[in-house]
Amino acid sequence: MSDRRPDPEAFLARAREEERRAGRGHLKIFFGASPGVGKTYAMLEEARAKRRAGVDVLVGVVETHGRRETAALLDGLDVLPRRSLQYHGVTLEEFDLDAALARRPGVILVDELAHTNAPGSRHTRRFQDVEELLAAGINVSTTLNVQHLESLNDIVAQITQVKVRETVPDSILDEADELELADLSADDLLARLREGKVYVPEQAAHALEQFFRKGNLIALRELALRRTAQRVDAQMRGYREEHGIREVWPAGERLLVCIGPNPAGARLIRAGKRMAASLQCDWLVVYVESPDQTISEADRAALAQNLQLAQELGAQTATLSGHDVAAEVLAYARGRNVTKIIVGKPTHSRWRDKIFGATLDRLVRGSGDVDVYVMTGEVPDDRPGRRRPAGKPSPSREYLAAALAIAACTLLGAVVFRFLTVTDVAMVYLLGAGLVASRYGRGPSLAAVLLGIACFDFFFIPPYYTFAVTDLRYLITFGVMLGIALVISGLTLRIREQADAARQRERRTGALYAMSRELAAARDRAEVLVIAERHLRTSFGAEIQILLPDAAQRVAPPADAPPGYMIDEKERGVAQWVFDRGRPAGRSTDTLPAAQAMYRPLIAALGTVGVLGIRPADPAAFDDPMAVRLLEAFAGQAALAVERALLAERAQREQIEVEAERLRTSLLSSLSHDLRTPLAAITGAAGTLLDEKAPLAGEARRSLLTAILDESQRMNRLIGNLLDMIRVESGALRTQREWQPLEEPLGVALIRLGDRLKTRAVSVDLPADLPLVPVDAVLMEQVFVNLLENAIKYTPADAPIDISATTDGAVVRVSVADRGPGIPPGEEDRIFEKFYRSAGAPAGGGVGLGLTICRGIITAHGGRIWVENRSGGGAAFHFTLPLTGPDIPAPPTIE
Amino acid sequence: MAEPLPVVLVVEDDPQMLSFLRTALAQHRYRPVEASTAREALTLQAGHHPDVILLDLGLPDGDGIDVTRRIRIQSRTPIIVISARGREEDKVTALDAGADDYLTKPFGVEELLARLRVALRHAARPEGAGRDSVCDFGDVRVDLEKREVRLGPQPVHLTPTEYRLLATLVRHPGRVMTHRQLVKEVWGPHAADQTPSLRVHMTQLRHKLEREPTRPRHLTTEIGVGYRLQTD
Repeated sequence: MSDRRPDPEAFLARAREEERRAGRGHLKIFFGASPGVGKTYAMLEEARAKRRAGVDVLVGVVETHGRRETAALLDGLDVLPRRSLQYHGVTLEEFDLDAALARRPGVILVDELAHTNAPGSRHTRRFQDVEELLAAGINVSTTLNVQHLESLNDIVAQITQVKVRETVPDSILDEADELELADLSADDLLARLREGKVYVPEQAAHALEQFFRKGNLIALRELALRRTAQRVDAQMRGYREEHGIREVWPAGERLLVCIGPNPAGARLIRAGKRMAASLQCDWLVVYVESPDQTISEADRAALAQNLQLAQELGAQTATLSGHDVAAEVLAYARGRNVTKIIVGKPTHSRWRDKIFGATLDRLVRGSGDVDVYVMTGEVPDDRPGRRRPAGKPSPSREYLAAALAIAACTLLGAVVFRFLTVTDVAMVYLLGAGLVASRYGRGPSLAAVLLGIACFDFFFIPPYYTFAVTDLRYLITFGVMLGIALVISGLTLRIREQADAARQRERRTGALYAMSRELAAARDRAEVLVIAERHLRTSFGAEIQILLPDAAQRVAPPADAPPGYMIDEKERGVAQWVFDRGRPAGRSTDTLPAAQAMYRPLIAALGTVGVLGIRPADPAAFDDPMAVRLLEAFAGQAALAVERALLAERAQREQIEVEAERLRTSLLSSLSHDLRTPLAAITGAAGTLLDEKAPLAGEARRSLLTAILDESQRMNRLIGNLLDMIRVESGALRTQREWQPLEEPLGVALIRLGDRLKTRAVSVDLPADLPLVPVDAVLMEQVFVNLLENAIKYTPADAPIDISATTDGAVVRVSVADRGPGIPPGEEDRIFEKFYRSAGAPAGGGVGLGLTICRGIITAHGGRIWVENRSGGGAAFHFTLPLTGPDIPAPPTIE
Repeated sequence: MAEPLPVVLVVEDDPQMLSFLRTALAQHRYRPVEASTAREALTLQAGHHPDVILLDLGLPDGDGIDVTRRIRIQSRTPIIVISARGREEDKVTALDAGADDYLTKPFGVEELLARLRVALRHAARPEGAGRDSVCDFGDVRVDLEKREVRLGPQPVHLTPTEYRLLATLVRHPGRVMTHRQLVKEVWGPHAADQTPSLRVHMTQLRHKLEREPTRPRHLTTEIGVGYRLQTD
């Protein structure tokens, strides 16, 4: 950079880093070259000093290995009791992570960072426990030996010939806030070893003898010192950047490591890490998937492990795909300003390159100004399960088909042999073998050609009916047949595998696309959940359970989600962990692997919106990194859709709240208006009558008195409605149902409204055989009064009202219909809402409670009320009254 | 004005209500005596021997129904209870406890006077005394002696139950009869709850005797309480 200002991107990265660290605990690592150098001792001494300074120090786990001087240091420190675990009848004691989290000490000592936890623990590795403690804001002191560091693992193995399996990602060391080196010269260490001050487990005594050789110890010490120096250097650079110190900035190097689908990749990755570390640069690891290349399950697993290793070592990883590996790598490298590429030495024979063209050659020729480093990829491979397994045995059906084909060839050959020569018979067998090869795998085709040769020899080569061959020329024929069959079967196999791979990719991409498209069209959360569940279930052959958080951020399967597998409290706990941490856990992961299902956070723009639980039928389904990536893609889509639905829901809720607020305001204004208007009239009229200065007489006096009476009655009705409404709303509406003729409450209602109905024709059409209905007479009268008042209010004074009832199965259906303006479309439901007044409501009408009360009463009777417009104009209110039901007594017998 | 004014004991605790009743009664030639508590009501009832009692059910120091029962022990003075709408059970309880009629708040002067007239008429004809054997309402004439019912000139055929029901109402014209009282009269004191049957017979009676059975003028329903025969 010409202007020599700190790189803004680096600044940003630092800011992000600080943000991440805010609230995180402080990690101090006591680092050493080998066991016995005094890391634990140093850690304990420091803990005692802190304790004296008043810090709340807790010993989470410290291995004294019976050393008295170490044990003495534990005196006076709080020690966390260990947790007992039962595993295959053996009691194992482990660090109690939950107790530590609950206790929340100022600083906790957790010895031996590289330790592997007993099965059944939450995390498989202790460093994950430590990460959780840090994330919870607890300061941690821990110890680590250099041979456990991932990037140095193979170097240590080369030096000491002892392979250490418990490794720790370098990122932990890089991100540690403090690193203290516990150093001891090789001679002193050996002296301590002889004095028995170094813990040596008996079963490992032999291996350790080899380990503790002076040469080894010196080399390890050097490694530890160098790694510490590197880290100090990194800190120094960080300090410089932070304070804008303009010194020499390393050129923008960027490293790309290409790995293949084989175990050798791990070595390339470690080499890449070392080189990136010494160059102080970013590094990337890519794998190019090529349709020309078929890889075995074991290689796929190795590839997944390697990519994960690269991530642990701090690399960015990517999987590319394309025909030409070299071109893909170069294009990717140029797109990311890579300056150095590391590839492995080819392990295949030279003739293959001659025929197909060497990838390495093309890479080097096309690299231009990018440096290409070629490194040894081979490693002595002694890990179990890494070897390419023998080809899957084909089903016996295929072998049977091959045998039948050869039998058919023999019969056809016998016919051909009558008329033609023995060479033509060979062609028949060749055809048969070719057909078998094109259809089945290598095994059946090899079987077919060998059987074919045997039959050909037995039946058609003199001497007949023996396997003896007199003419040696036929051996060449046999050889050619064998060769052709092998070539055909090889080609077929490859085509088929490519087609399979392509089909699978196509299917998964298609599935993902289909899901995205459907999710985009989903209207609400319930629909999103149903769609996501269905697609995930069918695409992965797994049971799906989506968990969403409630108001208290506690995740649980939502009621509107399709039911998946059973979520018990244990599974829910795992899901909760995933939700809180935003990291996957459960089966096929390192965290809580004992869970029934794998849980992945649903991460969208606003953060984690939920948890996806997936329980595949095949437990190994997610050992394949491609499947995990695809799952991630699905989960990402689902997360976005869920977030969208949640946002929409929130917006709707807000809308409803605004609406409710509007309603409250309009209620208050309408109530105060409706109550005050008659009061004003009464007050005014009474005041006028009382005015002694201008006494009224005759008609004027009478009209004022009539006004007082009318307005009082109007207020009485209004208050009656309000009281009914409160009864309906508060649930205090108890129905006292008695069997009675509907005619009775209707009659009372008609009489009560008497004068107000005088101007119109009211027809009552109740069939003679209408059964008794089980209703509360008082409430039913209220329903009729309200419906009739409604008709009176909204229709012209001379418009007729038709009341009718019919029996419809186990319900009686009652209608009150008018010939007014009808109900405006879209308001059919709203008019039953509280305080809703239609736009066309006349002034001086009710408060909009009448119909709400009707609905409350009818609902309390187990019926339903609705309105529709009549043909010929007007509105018809219908309601049903059930004749049978759980709380309805049997109909009475009439005497 | 030789005849003394009928005395009305008004038991009401609300001063405005009391003022309204006092004015209305005095204006229509009644003599009101006022009590505002249950205890006062019992004392005044014993001292003044009112002709009729207007009793508000919601009294501050006791239950109006309890007052009704205690008055009924020693006196047959007609009692008209006053209560708010929506408390139909209270009315039924009061009527079954011996009250003669009820008024629902708010009520008008006309309604009050009509109830008082009916109550006084009843009181003037004590139980068991000779009463008119013929009763007319609308176009209907009921002759209890001949057990005959006519609608205009035509005799109407009633079932025995219908007749018993009609006769019971006719014996208490203008007065509300609770369902229980009617069932007891029609089916006998030990009959099971026959309220639904009562309602069915009442409906049939209306169809036989009322011009507009769905809007009855004479055989009226007191919703949630019982029935009343309106003779005027």
